[in-house]
Amino acid sequence: MIGNRKDGGWSPYLAGGLVGVLAICSALATTKLLGKTSYLGASTSFVRAAGFVERLVAPEHVSSNEYYAETKVRVDWQFMLVSGILLGAFLAALTDRSFRWESVPPTWQERFGPSVAKRAAGAMVGGVLAMLGARMADGCPSGHGLSGMMQLSASAFVALFLFFGVGVLVAGLVYRRRHS
Amino acid sequence: MTTEQWLGLVTGVLFGFLLQKGRVLRFDKQVGAMLLKDMTIFKFMLAAILVGMVGLHVLAGLEVIKLSHKPLNVGAVLIGGALFGTGWAVMGFCPGTSIGALGEGRWHAVFAIIGMVAGAALFAELYPFLERTVLAWKDFGKVGLPEVLGISPWPVVLVLWVGVVALFFWFEKKGV
Repeated sequence: MIGNRKDGGWSPYLAGGLVGVLAICSALATTKLLGKTSYLGASTSFVRAAGFVERLVAPEHVSSNEYYAETKVRVDWQFMLVSGILLGAFLAALTDRSFRWESVPPTWQERFGPSVAKRAAGAMVGGVLAMLGARMADGCPSGHGLSGMMQLSASAFVALFLFFGVGVLVAGLVYRRRHS
Repeated sequence: MTTEQWLGLVTGVLFGFLLQKGRVLRFDKQVGAMLLKDMTIFKFMLAAILVGMVGLHVLAGLEVIKLSHKPLNVGAVLIGGALFGTGWAVMGFCPGTSIGALGEGRWHAVFAIIGMVAGAALFAELYPFLERTVLAWKDFGKVGLPEVLGISPWPVVLVLWVGVVALFFWFEKKGV
């Protein structure tokens, strides 16, 4: 169950278990150093990123928007955490030479062909829907799926069930080859 | 940078490192999970939950940290959860993994990130409307499952451990 795998990565049980340890240490560190317990999450940072972008073209609009005011458009702990994921993934990929430039993932290509434009369109439409959903539900697979479940939050059980339940249904419709 | 920002960065680097080592950042792993062909994501998430929930409840029980539940706002969680599931299947990334995927060179994640930033901007515009409608339907507040059941968290932790470990053995038996 644990150890080296044919794709060169770590066992998902080991890597996941260590994320559990990280979540515990992070809750402790934020409480001790920042005075307030913070939990791993990602999707709120996309709101802040949107706020930064919009500020470049319409600063008044951002300052008058209720949601941006509530979220506070600034480089906070979670924004740096999400930025850190980029660096951490890059470093990990370097250690086992798994860094690859990929423009269209294999599963997508099997179903929709090698067109980058199609993949871009799918990713963007999916991204808009997913983020609308994540902000409405107040969390994503990090905030609800990991942090919420670890805390046994009632909302996390419902959210994670829907994330995967609907994901399975839609993935079945989108990626399964139709037999002629 | 402030202490807050440094702490976030260090935590994020470790998180990104583990996500990459667990191989869960990839489109094919995420969609593979939703097609029920590759259980890597489930193994990773459930292992994190099993370990994390014990530590967090010990620390919360000792009143060292405070739990922070997200509200069980029924309409928001149901509609938002379904929208997220739909978008996730098509995009093949979730918010955190899209950033990590970019870090390991899967540059098409850029399109997913652009879409999600646009989605966040759209949500900010829709927020006043949603506050009057979906978000106002029924909110059970920030509750934990143990409180809902009227019991201590530990029986819930135990049941999840037993159930999830059994699931792990089943995954390995099936070779998924």
